[in-house]
Amino acid sequence: MSGLSLEQVSENYYDVLKEIGNIGAGNAMTALSQMLQCKVDMKVPQVKLLKFAEVGALMGGEEQIMLGVLLGVEGDVTGSMMFLVEQESAKHLVNKIMMGMASPGVEFTEMEMSAMKEIGNIITGAYLNSLSMLTNLKIFPTPPSLTIDMAGAILSVPAIQFGIIGDEILLIQSQFYDEVEIDGYFILIPDLESYSKILTSLGISL
Amino acid sequence: MGEIIKVGMADLKTCLSPDGVTTLGLGSCVGIALRDPVTKVGGLAHIMLPDSTAIRNSHQNIAKFADTGIDELVRQMETLGAKRSRIVAKIAGGATMFTFQNSSSSTMVVGERNVEATKKKLGDLNIPILSEDTGKNYGRTVTFFPESGDFHIRAVGKQETII
Repeated sequence: MSGLSLEQVSENYYDVLKEIGNIGAGNAMTALSQMLQCKVDMKVPQVKLLKFAEVGALMGGEEQIMLGVLLGVEGDVTGSMMFLVEQESAKHLVNKIMMGMASPGVEFTEMEMSAMKEIGNIITGAYLNSLSMLTNLKIFPTPPSLTIDMAGAILSVPAIQFGIIGDEILLIQSQFYDEVEIDGYFILIPDLESYSKILTSLGISL
Repeated sequence: MGEIIKVGMADLKTCLSPDGVTTLGLGSCVGIALRDPVTKVGGLAHIMLPDSTAIRNSHQNIAKFADTGIDELVRQMETLGAKRSRIVAKIAGGATMFTFQNSSSSTMVVGERNVEATKKKLGDLNIPILSEDTGKNYGRTVTFFPESGDFHIRAVGKQETII
């Protein structure tokens, strides 16, 4: 797939990703709801192709403190996958999972970070599962890594990968609610060869 | 106090004292602050990849790469009256945002590679690096003032430093 740019890929990939995003995020919410043992509602996920400068703004500014969970993706599709959530929302989720025993404030203890890693693992896992089922490709996540930092700094990681092929970043924004409204962001970062694999396995010619 | 001009990701801007330049939330990218101490012409580049020659369609955005970004910033500073032989540099960023056990894949070391490529390019242009705050595992917001040459660095949960 030499000469393939994200702009070219995106025309087809956009629609596909939207659909995968829908199903993936749906499964992710089911997984989350089981984990939290409560009903979780979600809005239709938004698939967005954004300029680097717009991504930070979407999340409330480059300096907005976020939690990012990053997993490697192996198998037929290679690359990585990121789940991002704003720190207060993350705290809310962690508190639910820990049955209200989370520490007050926005600091995260080791145990809370580990709980958040698990949440990230489960939701991205559900997302990748949907992708794997739809494409019939083998997709395995590797153990997650978590970081708490400025949105811009966390986003530099996927942005750099997208930067190799273009000046835009493709992400899925999914809003969900249990008692509060939570904005979560999924970013699938396939290696360049994997784009065509995903598209061809869905029967889309390039 | 002058204005503070914002530089985005894969972007570069020049400024004249008393104005300053800033870029928010540098992660694995590198912020390169240049200054001519005589004319007080300054500039900041926020590069995200080491080498334009390793990439197809690299003409898209020259501010994205260490090599072409630094060339372009120097060129723009020269048109504002900076003299190449007087230009000095300060650099920050190039963090490793995520750490994995048993992984040394290229994604994970891109911060280090960005810092290396930046130093190499500045070396090729004979631009001395006066100070740096690079590597480690956290994001940085940086602001540069060509009047004093002060490079302010902020990170989450840390005191602001000036290098």
